Amino acid sequence: MKLLVCISQTPDTTAKVSFNADGTEFNAAGVQFIMNPYDEWYALVRACELREALGGAVVALNVGPASNETTIRKALAIGADEAVRINAEPKSAAYTAKQIAEYARNEKFDIIFLGKETIDYNGSEVGAMVAEYLDLPYISYASKLDLNGNVATLERDIEGGVEVLEVDLPFVVSAAKGMAEQRIPNMRGIMTARTKPLKEVQPVSFDEPVKAVRFTLPPAKAGVKLVEPDNMDELVRLLHEEAKVI
Amino acid sequence: MVLVFAESPRGNLKKAAFEAVTYGKKVAELLGTDCVALTLGTVKDAAELGRYGASRVLNAGDASFEKFDSQSHAAAIADVAKNNGASVVITSHTSTGKAVAGRLAIRLNAGLVSGVNSLPSVEGGALRLKKSVFSGKAIAEYEINSPVKIISLMGNAVKPEATGNPVSVENISVSTGAGRIRVKDVKTQEGRVPLPEAEIVVSAGRGMKGPEHWGIVEELAEILGATTACSRPVADSHWRPHHEHVGQTGIAIRPNLYIAIGISGAIQHLAGVNNSKVIVVVNKDPEAPFFKAADYGVVGDLFEVVPRLNEAFKKFKASN
Repeated sequence: MKLLVCISQTPDTTAKVSFNADGTEFNAAGVQFIMNPYDEWYALVRACELREALGGAVVALNVGPASNETTIRKALAIGADEAVRINAEPKSAAYTAKQIAEYARNEKFDIIFLGKETIDYNGSEVGAMVAEYLDLPYISYASKLDLNGNVATLERDIEGGVEVLEVDLPFVVSAAKGMAEQRIPNMRGIMTARTKPLKEVQPVSFDEPVKAVRFTLPPAKAGVKLVEPDNMDELVRLLHEEAKVI
Repeated sequence: MVLVFAESPRGNLKKAAFEAVTYGKKVAELLGTDCVALTLGTVKDAAELGRYGASRVLNAGDASFEKFDSQSHAAAIADVAKNNGASVVITSHTSTGKAVAGRLAIRLNAGLVSGVNSLPSVEGGALRLKKSVFSGKAIAEYEINSPVKIISLMGNAVKPEATGNPVSVENISVSTGAGRIRVKDVKTQEGRVPLPEAEIVVSAGRGMKGPEHWGIVEELAEILGATTACSRPVADSHWRPHHEHVGQTGIAIRPNLYIAIGISGAIQHLAGVNNSKVIVVVNKDPEAPFFKAADYGVVGDLFEVVPRLNEAFKKFKASN
């Protein structure tokens, strides 16, 4: 079983989001970076569980600069066997997908895992793009993945329910809550992570069809309007006449 | 022309498709061209898409499309886009659209902006589009420069406008590979509008003290025709089913009205709901962080406030 887990580095959920003066770049000063939670909690952990049950290897892949290696080592501490870093700024989903696909093309992975989206750019684009580059089936927002020989059974979150499906290896899957439980790396994992292989690969060139023009912060809320708890008629009136939502 | 993939889960066009066609019509007007809708599989009332602005409705009726496979769907949509010279392809930003849009971008050598929430501006041959990023904490504007452009449209971003007339459906055949995914079963909640589509959501948290108290929340949802949701601790304690969990790890929603009852408003919860148009918070703790993100607040005991609110809504509904 050869499993690839694509991990992304994102600002921590609680990070204060700000941009440079002309709104073209995220302001990273003072921001704590983490492994994208969906990649870590669900994709990586499920891949490790499958490797533990069936043997093989889990490769963690990150597209990013050398400063991402702390995040990559964490993936190794959680249980990935080896890691690859494609040495480039992940400029966009399309760029990242191209790098992942070019790396994975000749590696014959049985399953390529990603998280359902990243918590920074919220695109949910990379998985579908990688699958298309590699001509593989793609199952998005999977909350369950079981393997029986060459056949996987998955549940995929859809609007108001789940879809149950089967697919043969190999395929690309994006992981959602339910696929696995978060794992905290133990001391042994952290120690062995230091000596696990971390390979650096150079990126391929890519013509960017989309560019970010500007980032802005949403307009500040006017502030909460408090209504007395014994005057719910007033709240209903405000929702009807002022907010116009009922 | 602008091609809109109007998705039809289990043969039915839903709000997402009407929104996408309404949006596609407006984009087509900006570009001085037509909006054409494409449906896949056997679809009930596809002609209705004309009322939302499609000048033509194309249907590829192959029965294999009735089970979703992003690969065969994307192949078909790309085929139609190429054959008709589409300059913009629009999908909904749903479980279907998200799985298809990225594939279309590669197939059509096109730039994609996903989860767009407003109309584009036209800059020469480029389109500029806005979307919410950092889980609602920022807005990004992107420019697509490729000849073909792909847009996936966030739910509840435009209101469906049925101002036109139905058009007759043209049956077409498309070249697609057979899908490799075998859909075995689809389990959906009956009755209520799914959370990502809901216009009003009533959500409750740990302040409810236990699952046996949910009657007042259910009643409120019933009065408003709303969908019920809950916070993560509530789902994790199995007080409510997991599919009701909204927030960062759960479902991200953007209803017109979000009523949060007994939820403190941790940042992970806000990440999934802060795109709601109007937020009402009921909490007995005036220091609850949720009040900072709310439009309207009630500081009080939810077991007293919610029944009163239900009576007030009932009175309102009876007279409106």
